[in-house]
Amino acid sequence: MSLLSCEGVSLGYDGKEILSDLNFSVNEGNYLCIVGENGSGKSTLMKTVLGLHAPMKGKITTGDGLNRNEIGYLPQQTVVQKDFPASVREIVLSGCQARCGLRPFYNKEEKKLAASAMERMNITSLEKRCYRELSGGQQQRVLLARALCATRKLLLLDEPVSGLDPKVTVDMYNLISELNRKDGITVIMISHDIAAAMKYATHILHIGKTVFFGTRHEYAQSDIGRMFDAVENAQEGGDGNA
Amino acid sequence: MAMLNELFGYFEYSFVRYAMITGVLIALCSSLLGVTLVLKRFSFIGDGLSHVAFGAMAVAGVVGLTNEMALVMPITIICAVLLLRTGQNAKINGDASVAMISVGALALGYLLMSVFSKSNNLSGDVCATLFGATSILTLTAFDVWMCVILSIVVVAVFLLFYNKIFCVTFDESFSKATGMKAGLYNLLIAIVIAVIIVLAMNLVGSLLISALVIFPALSAMRVFKSFKSVTICAAVLSVCCSALGILISILGTPVGPTIVAVDIVAFAGFSLAGAILGGVRK
Ligand SMILES: Nc1ncnc2c1ncn2[C@@H]1O[C@H](COP(=O)(O)OP(=O)(O)OP(=O)(O)O)[C@@H](O)[C@H]1O
Ligand SMILES: [Mg+2]
Repeated sequence: MSLLSCEGVSLGYDGKEILSDLNFSVNEGNYLCIVGENGSGKSTLMKTVLGLHAPMKGKITTGDGLNRNEIGYLPQQTVVQKDFPASVREIVLSGCQARCGLRPFYNKEEKKLAASAMERMNITSLEKRCYRELSGGQQQRVLLARALCATRKLLLLDEPVSGLDPKVTVDMYNLISELNRKDGITVIMISHDIAAAMKYATHILHIGKTVFFGTRHEYAQSDIGRMFDAVENAQEGGDGNA
Repeated sequence: MAMLNELFGYFEYSFVRYAMITGVLIALCSSLLGVTLVLKRFSFIGDGLSHVAFGAMAVAGVVGLTNEMALVMPITIICAVLLLRTGQNAKINGDASVAMISVGALALGYLLMSVFSKSNNLSGDVCATLFGATSILTLTAFDVWMCVILSIVVVAVFLLFYNKIFCVTFDESFSKATGMKAGLYNLLIAIVIAVIIVLAMNLVGSLLISALVIFPALSAMRVFKSFKSVTICAAVLSVCCSALGILISILGTPVGPTIVAVDIVAFAGFSLAGAILGGVRK
């Protein structure tokens, strides 16, 4: 039984289909990268998997005793209202909320967890700062720390490295891969960075006009995979010449 | 000095003590959820609900109920739940339906009052319900106990669900994605709002309730930057402003508008403080 499987799923808004008949499954310990052009429906797929958006057709099943409160999620955009007063610590801690169940307050372990997530994201010094007064990259790291707090089995990331500087990007990829390998956390990540996807992921889901799902080796052999690879190589060659 | 003595002299009267106790409690309750209300754009729902409460009050008056709360409370709670539902449904325009319900309740309430009222001072009655002119000074011991108990319930619910309310207010889709029952907590917030509004009608009347809910939160947000500090500041500020407002009103001004006026002054002060602090930080 796989952790998550989609059978014949169609996605869309207001009766208009964006993607149709999608089939894939994710097993425990997998690292799935979802790639595709802008507007191809990656974020929509992730929201559907999370139950925030209903699929138009098909069904999504979770197995292996996966509970909703064991999932960590990093949205692509968090619309936080302009005036929201919230400190970094309050937001990171709120990632532990799902663990609390009906318990009203956070316990010591959860506070420790939040502190270590902040440490990992290098935002401990911002702890008391107001979220909306941070830079875009700093905000992204706060939300990542929150997602880490919520994760116990499955981590869903919607473009986690957008807005991060190169050093933090590398740290981020290493951290995710460590979570995946050492802690056995299943990762589903949306990314435009094919090179990184090929380096870290075990499986690739390419959506768009043509849909591909398979392991990263299969992807490298496939037609779309090779096409994207060619584009990447051409770019790198161009950079080298300049 | 003489004036202070005169003020404290008033506390010999039980109705002044009652007014002070309920006033402070209501101010405390209404400020707690202010931040959530403002940020979730529920503030207009609060406004709509207060008009519903006015309509319900009129109906209770016409039917001749001795205990108006028994009717006003359930009607307001039901409307709170309904308004919350329509607000979440993107297909129906939330703002328009709130406006419809609130104006409708206001009109029907006044209509009922004017058709069936036996009182010969109709505009006085209406004014009292809208602006809370004297109702705070005519409280019975039962009203006060009712208010004390409801306030304790509201504060307890708020404290117990404080972290969950923060989550749902800050990022509803994250809370849903990670398995929180966001819908349930929204419902809870709506019910608590309804209870607070019915309570606050006694103090400031139905037209001015929103001010009591929103001003302390907005003032606190000018200066403080974390959810906890804003909530605490709003609660303290609201209690102080109401107590001051009630004291001033003993000298002869109407209670509700006086409290709101004090709130406005405090808001101006906090805005100024926020601007100065912001300037210093930069
Ligand atoms: N709330 C919405 N209502 C209607 N249509 C929407 C909504 N959100 C997205 N869409 C449409 O659905 C399509 C897919 O959007 P989605 O956000 O899933 O793309 P994406 O693959 O994540 O793109 P990107 O790489 O830019 O993040 C787009 O054409 C978009 O216009
Ligand atoms: Mg997207």
